Amino acid sequence: MAHISFTGVSVEFPIFNANGRSLTSRLLEVATGGRLDKDPDGRVLVRALQDMSFEIGEGERVGLLGHNGAGKSTLLRVLSRVYHPQIGKASINGRITSLIDISLGINPEATGRENIFLRGKLLGMSKDEIGSKFDDIVEFSELGSFIEMPVRTYSSGMHLRLAFAVSTVVKPEILLMDEWLSVGDESFKQKAEDRLTNLVDSAKILVIASHNRELIEKTCNRAIWLEHGQVKMDGLASQVTAAYFG
Amino acid sequence: MTTLNRAIALAKMLAWEDVKQAYRRSAIGPFWITASMAVQVAAMGVVFGIIFKTPLYDYLPFLASSIILWSLIGSTINDGCMAFINAEGMIKQLDLPFYVHTVRVVIKNAITLGHNIVIIPLVFLVVGHPIGWQLVLLIPGFLVVVANLSWMVVVLGMVSARYRDVPQTVSAAMTIIYFITPVMWQPTLVPSAQAHWLLGLNPFYHLLQLLRLPFLSGIPTVENWVLSLGFAVVGWLVTLLAVRKFGKQIAYWV
Repeated sequence: MAHISFTGVSVEFPIFNANGRSLTSRLLEVATGGRLDKDPDGRVLVRALQDMSFEIGEGERVGLLGHNGAGKSTLLRVLSRVYHPQIGKASINGRITSLIDISLGINPEATGRENIFLRGKLLGMSKDEIGSKFDDIVEFSELGSFIEMPVRTYSSGMHLRLAFAVSTVVKPEILLMDEWLSVGDESFKQKAEDRLTNLVDSAKILVIASHNRELIEKTCNRAIWLEHGQVKMDGLASQVTAAYFG
Repeated sequence: MTTLNRAIALAKMLAWEDVKQAYRRSAIGPFWITASMAVQVAAMGVVFGIIFKTPLYDYLPFLASSIILWSLIGSTINDGCMAFINAEGMIKQLDLPFYVHTVRVVIKNAITLGHNIVIIPLVFLVVGHPIGWQLVLLIPGFLVVVANLSWMVVVLGMVSARYRDVPQTVSAAMTIIYFITPVMWQPTLVPSAQAHWLLGLNPFYHLLQLLRLPFLSGIPTVENWVLSLGFAVVGWLVTLLAVRKFGKQIAYWV
């Protein structure tokens, strides 16, 4: 059962190299973005998320809305189990697949083949699993014999096609995305779009951060609007986008 | 168990990538590790052999095994400081067990040792020095040393991620430790009155002895074993406490 449950979650970043005093007095509350504060020792703290509570169950497609610095990326990282909140409890049940940076782990000096295994392992696949999907990945990425060449020789489009093809062979329970992935030229784009839509449909829970109204309205059935690291509005995608985009 | 297996497999793969990465596009590849070490041993062997007035038959086998085995200890510790810092991209995006990054460092250095260690029998062959049955003691010795290095990498990696001056400090300290530990010079040169505080209190001396003596037909002393094992046990206790208290903060520090 994939399920996400946040109770009173707060995330604070201690900034070790900031000059506490002058920075706090000047930027005590930034216009957009998280709040700056001081901890009891006088260190500067950036409060990225504050007292967040919500539940996400199976079948929900959640869009995250908010200005730059409102806490979307931090929230995605808490959902990835990367950041453990200092206050409150974030329980995330289910296998997580993050498509936030599909190029993570790709080594330009290694060949396409080596990179498929590297990236696949980072996504939690075993060697055999990757092996069985290898031909499919190569075919989908349309790299042909380039698969034996170092990735640094690829065009940026080829690089992305490879990263996309490997990253989308997994079967996610909880899928995390930062904006929709759009790769390649016109013909590839359609193919990629279909594959991504399939992946999103097969996921039990989707959480996607986006600034794109159409995307959220089309893909999501629920939206959460973040402001200053707090939930400003949580509800049906259509209602929240209407309020957010005005 | 599958999480552990998968994490170790990932660490192994990343470690091999690290080794290969440094030598991509070079003609002889990772053989450079072996070649540069061999040149270092030969050059230092001749020069210090003259300075210390020790016949090469004795000094070269000592120096070759010393430098090569020390390089495992020294470079694992230096790399350990960067274990989490260098893995920032992965740490901030994937929910991997913390030890993936530290085991990666230890395996990478073990692979490097594998490239270097072939020099030792060659040196013994060249000067005609025998290797005794004591070599089998290398196996438990290696395990104890790896157990020690493994916790040091975790602690140094964590402290370095939090305090960014630590890697530089450690690197400076390791240079000093290299000189005060009998790596280039033979421990027998220390007058027995000073041996206790100069050698006995230096944990790196005991670790090095566990690895080095088996090559030199010697048997590590009980003191070597007990102190090294004790160091591992105490070190791991401290490490596990530190991980329990601060492990979840690593992602915030890198």
